[in-house]
Amino acid sequence: MSVKIKHFPGEEIETKDFREGKVLFESFRPKAKYAWSAGIAISRFLEELKNGRIIATTCSKCKRIIVPPRIYCEKCFKPTDGWTYVKDTGVINTFSVSFLAADASRLKEPIVVAIINLDGASEGMGIAHRIEEYGDWREIKIGMRVKAVWKTPEERVGAITDIKYFKPLKE
Amino acid sequence: MFGKKRVAIVGAGVTLFRRNLKETGKELAYHAAKMALEQAGMELCDIQSVVMGSAPDAFDGVHMKGEYLADGAGAYHKPYTRVFVGGGTGVFAPLAGWWHIASGQFDTCLVVCEEKMSSCYPHPQYAFTTIFDPILERPIGMNLIWIFALEMNRYMHKHNVKKEDIALVSVKNKRNALDNPIAQLAANITVEDVLNSEIMAWPVQRLDVSPTSDGAAAAVLVSEDVAREVTDNPVWIDGVGWCIDSTHWTNRDLYYPDYVEYAARMAYKMAGIKNPPKEIDVAEPYDPFDYKELHHMEGLLLCKKGEAPKLTREGVTQRDGDLPTCPSGGLLGCGNPIAAAGMMKVCEIFWQLRGEAGKRQVPGDPRTGVAQAWGDLMQYGSVIVLRR
Amino acid sequence: MSLEKITNPFNARHWIGHMEADYRYTLGIAGERFFKEIKENGRIMGAKCPVCGVIFVPPRLYCEKCFAKLEEWVDVGKCGYIYTYTIATIDVDGKKLEKPQIYALIKFEGAHGGLIHKIGETDKVCIGMKVEAVFKPPSERKASINDIAYFKPAE
Repeated sequence: MSVKIKHFPGEEIETKDFREGKVLFESFRPKAKYAWSAGIAISRFLEELKNGRIIATTCSKCKRIIVPPRIYCEKCFKPTDGWTYVKDTGVINTFSVSFLAADASRLKEPIVVAIINLDGASEGMGIAHRIEEYGDWREIKIGMRVKAVWKTPEERVGAITDIKYFKPLKE
Repeated sequence: MFGKKRVAIVGAGVTLFRRNLKETGKELAYHAAKMALEQAGMELCDIQSVVMGSAPDAFDGVHMKGEYLADGAGAYHKPYTRVFVGGGTGVFAPLAGWWHIASGQFDTCLVVCEEKMSSCYPHPQYAFTTIFDPILERPIGMNLIWIFALEMNRYMHKHNVKKEDIALVSVKNKRNALDNPIAQLAANITVEDVLNSEIMAWPVQRLDVSPTSDGAAAAVLVSEDVAREVTDNPVWIDGVGWCIDSTHWTNRDLYYPDYVEYAARMAYKMAGIKNPPKEIDVAEPYDPFDYKELHHMEGLLLCKKGEAPKLTREGVTQRDGDLPTCPSGGLLGCGNPIAAAGMMKVCEIFWQLRGEAGKRQVPGDPRTGVAQAWGDLMQYGSVIVLRR
Repeated sequence: MSLEKITNPFNARHWIGHMEADYRYTLGIAGERFFKEIKENGRIMGAKCPVCGVIFVPPRLYCEKCFAKLEEWVDVGKCGYIYTYTIATIDVDGKKLEKPQIYALIKFEGAHGGLIHKIGETDKVCIGMKVEAVFKPPSERKASINDIAYFKPAE
């Protein structure tokens, strides 16, 4: 955007120009399906979720209790040393009250997503999940204690959604 | 001096940034590349190597997008590299260009950045959501805006920052963009406008956010010998830095971008900068959201942690302030064609240091500028220090 | 709490999903003109470089060799020759086609580049064979590469 440049190229069109046939285009929808391998650590994590438990891995060098678990400690760059369970309670590290769904459509009732630092894991170790049963969303605070609400054992399949959501703990 | 040769930028070009442009990605790349060459007074045959920066293939909807854009970027039959680090691409591409010349292998490198996000219909949101872990995060229904909202909330909480202070960044940048001929969303708005705008994912509201865009930007990089031949006014790349954190974003405290600090330290060490707030005359940190300018000012060590809102309130970051920040209008004002947006910031610093920024010119004869971009899953920082 | 060992490898998991997106590709500055000529005038055009003289088919905004802007457009005619070809027996999804379909890269005399298209009205082709474009009736054309139905052997 130099004063030496008199003309900046680009022919602007509007979204309605597509509908009205003023601009020519081709359409395409890729058909891409995936079977993502969960890997060693997350396969175990999912299996434990089916059992109603949250599992972490430990690193003997930096002493971290790591969740979601991984087979290597990315800081020490060595294999993690063992597994240990962490609690299904924790503290809200940060959260957002979203009036947007995953496809960018607008929601009347918001979705609340949070990072929850789980009890028993190292400081700052969190997982992302939803918060529900909060009453007024303006009352949600960073630092609030929450607890997982699980699906019934019959409903659980080995997925992050085996935890339905976290709800505020009334102390 | 780091590297075998000193590297200069001698020409730059930018297309309009708009929600929808008719040009194909190749044509956009061509417009920017051609303009940069013309500004440098050089021809394509003078170019020995090309670097293309372009973010996910999924935006343009062309697999192997780098290869697709190559001829538009002037890379026909030339050594060609595509780099991609999400939003960090726009500053990382000239860094990669720097490697080409500083290594001693080439004397000239054309760096082009392009993004055509409008191809992903009806909204590039679909392409964005695939950044999230398919097993642990997508089933929760993750939306891209949530990342920013979670980070913004943590920043506000840690430093007790009010939304009013953050909104000042949006007001400043959109107003700065009124003087930018390529800008998509230049406007005169107020803090109230921002606070009254639609809540997207609290605390993020509509006027806190930059739009998706189509656009391209480019620059010609040359070695010192060539610079002295083609121009009296080269702008030197005196510092480069880049750093990445892991995608385990739920395992870190999001209030501060460590990886931006590490990239900045790398660049400042190379440039011999010991006191960034005093030695840097103009800054273009990455501002896809208004709070990000504050987040990044702190990561760039331009102020202490938590101090950026105060500096903004006091007018320090205005064009006539002590540390003009985003004089271009930033992404909030100009638009956000991911890779091209970061490159536009590099071009802006180039023109500012040359005194060619017209109405946007920061006063006081700026000699040192920094541009920074940020990307991926809140994990990447790229920093470039330019000097005249 | 004691750990339960998982030793059964069948418990290693996959997560099934897909990536959804729709795309609308603008034809671009050069592309719009090229396809408008096909749709409205039944003409195949190329663009000529003022510096190196190369004629590009399909036409583009710029010469990739000289980086000059291409403003001169020429009609390259409806006839070309087969540069190379293949005989497809499965479709894009991997399903068997009812009848094999010949696809060829058709070049035009004096021009650089070419068009990929179907070959029709014959089962036998060879490299170098002259072919001619068969356009759909004007009312069926949509400014798409498929406005040309196929290329047939030329007399």
